[in-house]
Amino acid sequence: MSESNVSLKVEFSGGLELLFSNQRSHKVAVPGTVPTKYNDPSSPSKPADIAFLIHYLRDNLLKERVELFMENDTVRPGILVLVNDTDWELEGEGQYVLKEGDEIVFISTLHGG
Amino acid sequence: MPPRTCALCSTNRAMLKRPKTGQQICRECFFYVFETELFKPGDRVAIGASGGKDSTVLAYVMKTLNERYNYGLELFLLSIDEGITGYRDDSLETVKRNQQQYSMPLKILSYDELYGWTMDAIVSQVGRKNNCTFCGVFRRQALDRGASMLGVDHIVTGHNADDIAETVLMNIMRGDIARLGRCTSICTQGEDTIKRSKPFKYAYEKEIVMYAYFKKLDYFSTECIYSPDAYRGHARVFLKDLEAARPSAIIDIIHSGEAFEIREEVKATQKVQQTCKRCGYMSSNDLCKACTLLEGLERGMAQAGITDRGRKKLESEGPAPENLRTIPFYQPPSAGNAAILLEAP
Repeated sequence: MSESNVSLKVEFSGGLELLFSNQRSHKVAVPGTVPTKYNDPSSPSKPADIAFLIHYLRDNLLKERVELFMENDTVRPGILVLVNDTDWELEGEGQYVLKEGDEIVFISTLHGG
Repeated sequence: MPPRTCALCSTNRAMLKRPKTGQQICRECFFYVFETELFKPGDRVAIGASGGKDSTVLAYVMKTLNERYNYGLELFLLSIDEGITGYRDDSLETVKRNQQQYSMPLKILSYDELYGWTMDAIVSQVGRKNNCTFCGVFRRQALDRGASMLGVDHIVTGHNADDIAETVLMNIMRGDIARLGRCTSICTQGEDTIKRSKPFKYAYEKEIVMYAYFKKLDYFSTECIYSPDAYRGHARVFLKDLEAARPSAIIDIIHSGEAFEIREEVKATQKVQQTCKRCGYMSSNDLCKACTLLEGLERGMAQAGITDRGRKKLESEGPAPENLRTIPFYQPPSAGNAAILLEAP
């Protein structure tokens, strides 16, 4: 594993913050290199990407009701992800490789009026 | 992935993939296509405002377009206070900030003043299982009555494409033919009801949320504390799964709802619209749903408005007492009779 961490700013909104200690903005440092299979050190390594970050957030920051955040190894449908203010669908979604200083925003669209 | 250029202006970097078309577009072009899809009327319009994302974006866009294109609309915010402590009181604070931010007059009408019951009181009597029925029926009528008090000729609500597709699915599964026909109309108007429209009928939830995010709009996002409508919840999760597999699914379902044809023999069995004998609001029976629900609450038999058995029980106990609390008689809309108190800015 690489010793250098990647520092990120992670934000939750649209109601998702309720699952993360009711705190919208978090500073997170993740390893620069991680196993391809989450939590399986025997699998080959890869640079940390958003797919890893989602698992990492689940295990390190999420406080309750995981089913409202994740489904089938990714975010639950209805959660928008932005990478430095750009729709992650334009950035390779889970395969986007995290860079120092990136701002990742998760917004739930599921909360009503 | 290398940055892509916008499919519309071919100049700026794309920042959003539009779910309806699959186009990758930049921020400015997104604002342009999103804003110009909306309608262009010209009178007194009430915006049904809950403080949530949809109605907040709607209020912002209505104000922006009204000023940009000189529609000459007189805009109002109309909020219904269901009386849900810890939920609606907080979201109404957002609406009050919107009143300042957008300089629009605000009218708040509460279930308590109209029906004599808050949702908190209703839930304490009926429990959490059927309370959404009360809330839905009461809200619809309250919006019309609030609009009538404001003397407006048009109510716009923030229902988006996802909401409408959900409603289509629910009405098909419930076999609710009458509502299936109405629920996909952008604009509905009964004989003595106020015109209602849903300018965001084709706007995806994703677009509403991205618009609010990029524009940094102030909205409230908390789930209602009284068990969210379970039936709608299932339709919603199903729809989000469909959208993940194929984004056009939402528009496709709306299209199916629009294209649904009902056979004449079936249409003939539909009940004719009349006015409620007790409160004057539109109804398909002698008594409108809100009056039936209210009578049940007042006589301590809340099931009366929900199940057939409940209604039979109520009827077997004799006619409604003379001094029963009722809803004030509905004044059909007539512009110019507005003499009501607005919220102090």
